[in-house]
Amino acid sequence: MENQITFTRRGAWAGARAALPVALGAGAFGIVFGVLARQTGLSLAEALLMSAIVFAGASQLVALGLWVTPLPVGALIVTTLIVNLRHVLMGASLHPWLAKLPRGRVYASLFFMVDESWALTLGALTGGGGDGAFLLGSGLTLYVFWGTATTIGELAGGLITDPTQWGLDFAFTAVFLALLVGLWRGKADLLPWLAAAVVAVAASYWLPGKWYILLGGLAGSLVGAFRRGD
Amino acid sequence: MEINPVALLTILGMGAVTYATRIGGFWLLGRITPTKRVEAWMRAIPGAVLVSLIAPALLAAGVVGFIAAAATVLIAARTHRLLPALVVGVVIVAVARLVFHAG
Repeated sequence: MENQITFTRRGAWAGARAALPVALGAGAFGIVFGVLARQTGLSLAEALLMSAIVFAGASQLVALGLWVTPLPVGALIVTTLIVNLRHVLMGASLHPWLAKLPRGRVYASLFFMVDESWALTLGALTGGGGDGAFLLGSGLTLYVFWGTATTIGELAGGLITDPTQWGLDFAFTAVFLALLVGLWRGKADLLPWLAAAVVAVAASYWLPGKWYILLGGLAGSLVGAFRRGD
Repeated sequence: MEINPVALLTILGMGAVTYATRIGGFWLLGRITPTKRVEAWMRAIPGAVLVSLIAPALLAAGVVGFIAAAATVLIAARTHRLLPALVVGVVIVAVARLVFHAG
């Protein structure tokens, strides 16, 4: 874990390739976003701009739910901030590795940090890969798929049937599960993970949007911090 | 291909706050020196966030989801590789939905 960290073209390519399977799932999700954006009345340019600038699927879908005329600008921006607060935890968890890289590269790469690229990068770095460009590469793959899918969804409108019938929605869960297996260090992880699961499930029932990720992550990690299992 | 100026402003604002969340955690840790306890907390974040991402989705996926998840975990633990685990999980869900109309 204390290995030298690099930032190479090879690392970026490794990330780009690793992200391909999940990018298919993200693409299916992006098509759904494009279809709904069109139904909501966003032009292709507006939907594509949102996907290119915000690049955070859940918050974009939530925004569509609030998208009425006249636009509630403040509510849209605040809601987006809240839905995406989980990124703060994710970014903090990458600090031990990224801190050794030039700031410009880190801040550029972090633009492309989404749930999937974060999880894959974490897996690569804890596995001893040691290349920070993995985040940029995996994020860029997802970015391209996300933008393309948004466009397809906007243009195809109602023609697309439910992409979940191909099991693509499970791709996210499967990737996160496989990465979690790699993080398992022993029984000390059990209680923090259980706390995270219970809080996340409860929050997903009682709170809207993506609060459950932030709250479950906080609960589980705090239990971990106070157990000092290692 | 028209863009409403208010929509443009809104999207730019949404993008700005989202980018702030992306760099916020990293930025903050560059400003403060974490104590031992904070370090233990940081180490516990990845697993806790991953579990939080998974748990509600898994519960919603029902019996098919559990079977697919068990297969995914088994293969990930045996092979230490992402792709085979992912493919098996997705195929199980797809087959269950297309053939048995379950899940």
